Amino acid sequence: MITLNINKKTHRVDADPNTPLLWVLRDIIGLVGTKYGCGVAQCGACVVHLDGEAVRSCVTKISRAQGKKVVTIEGLSETNSHPLQKAWLDLDVSQCGYCQAGQIMSAAVLLRENKNPSEQDIDDAMAGNICRCGTYLRIREAIQLAAKDQKNG
Amino acid sequence: MDNSEKNKRSYSVRMRTFAVIGILMSMACLMTFGAGFTLVEKAAMAPSEIPVKDSVASVEAFKEVYSVLMSPRCMNCHPSGNIPLQGEDSHLHAMLPKRGLDGKGVYSMKCTNCHQPVNTPGLNTPPGNPDWHLPPADMKMVFQGRSAYELAKQLLDPKQNGNKNLKKLIEHADDGLVKAGWNPGEGRKLPPLTHAQFKKAWITWLTTGAYAPKDK
Repeated sequence: MITLNINKKTHRVDADPNTPLLWVLRDIIGLVGTKYGCGVAQCGACVVHLDGEAVRSCVTKISRAQGKKVVTIEGLSETNSHPLQKAWLDLDVSQCGYCQAGQIMSAAVLLRENKNPSEQDIDDAMAGNICRCGTYLRIREAIQLAAKDQKNG
Repeated sequence: MDNSEKNKRSYSVRMRTFAVIGILMSMACLMTFGAGFTLVEKAAMAPSEIPVKDSVASVEAFKEVYSVLMSPRCMNCHPSGNIPLQGEDSHLHAMLPKRGLDGKGVYSMKCTNCHQPVNTPGLNTPPGNPDWHLPPADMKMVFQGRSAYELAKQLLDPKQNGNKNLKKLIEHADDGLVKAGWNPGEGRKLPPLTHAQFKKAWITWLTTGAYAPKDK
């Protein structure tokens, strides 16, 4: 049994320590907001926070997550009110939506570390998150809007 | 001249002779064993371990060292720019992750977000190491594009090598991230020498005078 802290809740999981965190999140705990994209850390659809860092859960073994805090898209805010979630809705960022949980989780780390990101900062932070619908321009705009909201709020 | 005066002069001549012999012996020692070690380092060595300068052996050893350092397994994380390299052809790393100030990436693009403490199973998946990083922005330790002469000089300069003296340089052959080059994960070629051969060449180069090969 492995004990995991996910979205501030403790879960005791009966799984091999080498199991990727994504499998446990989706198939055992039922948090399906985090998506499976490539399975080899190349697309960013599976990004969650591990002690605040935007790790790719498809290659992160649960043994690495033990004793750390995991936050998924479901735990980013209690009422979907994180500035990024609000900006995403305001600007209708999503098209098919499959990559968006990973996009938002990556953007959240950027905004935590840089309250006023330039376009270059946004590109540097988001370069590892692929969107097949090509919503990149709206993603960038939403991050700028969320940064303003965060500053004012 | 009375006897006491004669004795005084004789004593004075003897002391001066000893002093000159002492200085000459010290210089001879320094020249013989002057392969870059401090006196303290040499004092800790057994007589058979104390190296002697040998420019030919040193340059030959560095050629082997250079072949490893310029292989993708080493050079890919010592790029000339701020983006690591990837693959046997050392192309820019997919996703263009940036070095960051500490060499560990930026924001949501930190190295260890994808590079786990161990290799990820599968062909060409992210290789792993608990200490995965590039050299920091204030000491980039670039290998890419360096000639053998340039790289040898750079490796010996504490201002460019991470403040390493000779002892630290020798120890660096066994650094965890250096050794990770020989555990690259599925689908990647190993460096041209084994780690044991590399370490032997590295130590030979350093202890025989650390001569930099002349550029052609």
